[in-house]
Amino acid sequence: MKAIQVNNICLNYGKLAILKEISFEVERGEIFGLIGADGAGKTSLFRILTTLLLADSGSAMVEGFDVVCDYKQIRKHVGYMPERFSLYQDLTVEENLNFFASVFNTSVKENYYLIEDIYRQIEPFKNRRAGQLSGGMKQKLALSCALIHKPSVLFLDEPTTGVDPVSRKEFWGMLKKLKQQGIAILVSTPYMDEVSMCDRIAFIQRGKILTVNMPQKIIADFPHKIYSVESNNSYEILKQLRRNSAVRSVFSFGDTLHVIFNSKSEIQNEKNNIQFKEISPTVEDCFMILMEESN
Amino acid sequence: MLKFLLEKEFKQIFRNPFIPKLILAMPIIIMMVLPWAANQEIKNLKISVIDSDHSALSKRLANKITASGYFRLTDFSASFHNAMQSVDAGKSDIIIEIPFDFENSLFKSEIVSVMISANAVNGLKGGLGSAYLSSIINDFADELSAERGNHYQSSIIRSQFRFNPHLNYKAFIIPALFVMLLTLFTGFLPAFNIVAEKESGTTEQMNVTPVNKGIFIISKLIPYWIIGFVILSICMGIAALVYGLKPAGSLAAIYIYAIIYILVVSGLGIVISNYSSTMQQAMFVMFFFMMTVILLSGLFTPISSMPQWAQTITTINPLKYLMEVMRAIYLKGSGMHELLPQLFALCGFALIFNGWAVLSYKKSK
Repeated sequence: MKAIQVNNICLNYGKLAILKEISFEVERGEIFGLIGADGAGKTSLFRILTTLLLADSGSAMVEGFDVVCDYKQIRKHVGYMPERFSLYQDLTVEENLNFFASVFNTSVKENYYLIEDIYRQIEPFKNRRAGQLSGGMKQKLALSCALIHKPSVLFLDEPTTGVDPVSRKEFWGMLKKLKQQGIAILVSTPYMDEVSMCDRIAFIQRGKILTVNMPQKIIADFPHKIYSVESNNSYEILKQLRRNSAVRSVFSFGDTLHVIFNSKSEIQNEKNNIQFKEISPTVEDCFMILMEESN
Repeated sequence: MLKFLLEKEFKQIFRNPFIPKLILAMPIIIMMVLPWAANQEIKNLKISVIDSDHSALSKRLANKITASGYFRLTDFSASFHNAMQSVDAGKSDIIIEIPFDFENSLFKSEIVSVMISANAVNGLKGGLGSAYLSSIINDFADELSAERGNHYQSSIIRSQFRFNPHLNYKAFIIPALFVMLLTLFTGFLPAFNIVAEKESGTTEQMNVTPVNKGIFIISKLIPYWIIGFVILSICMGIAALVYGLKPAGSLAAIYIYAIIYILVVSGLGIVISNYSSTMQQAMFVMFFFMMTVILLSGLFTPISSMPQWAQTITTINPLKYLMEVMRAIYLKGSGMHELLPQLFALCGFALIFNGWAVLSYKKSK
């Protein structure tokens, strides 16, 4: 039995298709990343899997329970951390934790070992109201509250958005530890640099899954050679390359441009006036190409 | 489970910088201010007297009018035209014209007409003003015939007001204010609380826990039920201490009806909160209901003087029934057996609104 099993989930909002035939599986003890831009349908998918929203068609199982029929069972076994901080802002850190433990019929003591690493960092502020915590501390508290009933599946919807780089790093460190406890983690993120932290990822674009694989595998399977161009005038070059039929795809990447050609021979011609350097692709390159091709 | 939820609710209510103060201040302010201000007795009507007779008798009539306490003399006008000018200028509300030869004709026992003209822009003021004035004039006529040894009096009407002998408007409005406050605290507050949790996203977090939705809502209602009773008791205390107004009927009956009514309004509140996703929406819908329900409840204007169609609408107004009950128990001392129709009506509303609340919740899932 898989921790999460999604089969052909479709969701429409009026005529707009939010999710189109989404299918994937998540194993126990796996961090599964959903990577996609804003509005790709990540949150809708989370809401379906956490039994807050009904899909129009398709089915999904969490811990072997159907999200429609056995929603009550699922709610006992999952932890959900929505994108927006949604704990009680007027209760203190400690009160929030105790409250969420008690609604799951457990106590903080019982599962303290699970949250110990995370909670220790916010414990000095345990008498502070949750609304007055900083962004990173809020996320730690939210994660503690989502974990306090020892869920076997954890849903984290953009847990690191708006969190400083140090806290983000810490946060992923915690997820790694939780994974070792056998907890399956479905996490969404818009940050490409977090992709390598996941065991497997799914690119999601306009409600469609483009690919599901291990990050290293996605890079290894990248079928094209990729060149980078450094220049002071990258915008002019970008325009120039866009006009060139030999160029399959070009997009800017910070200060540099990443270029992919249609065939090898033509590279020589282009090389005359612009400096090309072959580089190894990143996950972001893969995502950009997949996105462009799906359009 | 309910225990933890209630603990959380009470913590949140008492931690709120505003609500606990409001709970205490609102009934006190409303009970101390409104009975004095919201008064429908007409006093201090401004009157213009046109005395074309200039006789002793006509002066006596004018004095009698101003001595009554209901009228304040604006001026003695020379003509009707002048008097109308002061009405136009807002200086006077009502005109009395005493005709030439008033005294002479009366001594000859002829019939004399006195003209009363009232400004009816404010209908109530005009109507009541002219009624007061005619009763003063009738009184004056009786006086005169008595003086002349004519003990036969044309008309004797003595009114006696039952249950509120001095027509004390305060006694009429205070029980109605209880109902209004009860509606505000047990209908509005829990509804806003539920919508606020929706807005802040905590409802979503709660929905992923095994907490049953019904228990969640009940945990929202119970604190406000308790607050409602506290407020009702504060109000009754103020009514007794400040206004000397004690219920003529049984206290238990008041509480029983209040319990049922609280179920009705909190049900309505949940229905509204189910359909609203933002605070603004909920507020606006609530205000709409509150305005309609209060104005059609008989709080200020008697239902029996509303047009027939409006009277029909009031039959579906729960506030009306509790208003009737409160006034009947407070002023008449009615018992529950006399107020059975209201009991059934309120129970019906409680069933309808709470049933609707459950159904509409499922739909919005």
